[in-house]
Amino acid sequence: MRKSFMLLGLLFSANVLAATPQELLKQYETQAKQENPAFSGFSAERGASFFRTEHAHSTGTKVSCSTCHTADPRNQGKTRANKIIEPMATIANPQRFTDAAKVEKWFGRNCKDVLERACTAQEKGDYIQYLVNLK
Amino acid sequence: MKKWMQFLVLISSITSTSALLASGGIEGGGGNNMSPVTNAKWKAECSSCHMLYHPGLLPERSWNKLMSGLDKHFGENASLDAATRDEITNFLVTNSAEKSTNRRSNRINQSIPASATPLRISETRYFTSKHDEVSPSTFKRKSIGSAANCIACHQSAEKGDFSESQVRIPR
Repeated sequence: MRKSFMLLGLLFSANVLAATPQELLKQYETQAKQENPAFSGFSAERGASFFRTEHAHSTGTKVSCSTCHTADPRNQGKTRANKIIEPMATIANPQRFTDAAKVEKWFGRNCKDVLERACTAQEKGDYIQYLVNLK
Repeated sequence: MKKWMQFLVLISSITSTSALLASGGIEGGGGNNMSPVTNAKWKAECSSCHMLYHPGLLPERSWNKLMSGLDKHFGENASLDAATRDEITNFLVTNSAEKSTNRRSNRINQSIPASATPLRISETRYFTSKHDEVSPSTFKRKSIGSAANCIACHQSAEKGDFSESQVRIPR
């Protein structure tokens, strides 16, 4: 019990510190294994289709990640309020996926906005894998 | 303030009220521009999706309502952790329209009926009367987007400066 608390504490302190995309992927891998014992790794291809796939939103519109981030994540996107979103792909924006709390904040918001549910660790990992792999 | 200075202020405010109104210059006691208040979390969190709205643009009750519904923020999920949300709410409430001494905040506040709690600044009577010469199609221009994007025409909007002399409507 105490050990698991310490582990939790460690995870939290790691969340506050700057991270690398690889470290984040490791964290999501641990979660994904807990969510699904048959987990077999992250896939950039799955992440790419996740990024583009449009969902019929309950408001009647069709939305995807690319609605705001554009079809090419190496480009700047735009919010609905006309504000520029810096590129998601790490090749164009090395700041991406270096702050675990920020990453969780935006997955938390945007998964609910686009999918109307939380994302799984598998989906988050696939997504990051895709954006890290883009050249 | 010295007597003669008070007199000068009085005279100038009487004689040039309309000119100052048009230019958005400083009038009487509090100026037209909102005070340059700031908070790091407000700046970081409230400007990632939209321009940074000055707390003096809405009354306390509006900020409270807005900040307690961030999971449905104008159709988007803008949830914050509780500590960040409370800090920002406190900042907005402390510097809200009815607590500001500048003319614009006072007028915005006075234009809102006591029974109303608007979430959109563009819904206040002050806003609509100030923008009645701007057509809906102008607001919809690609360079502007909507009436929510103050900064498209008011370059110093994020500093709480909406002086008419600085307005430049993009094509």
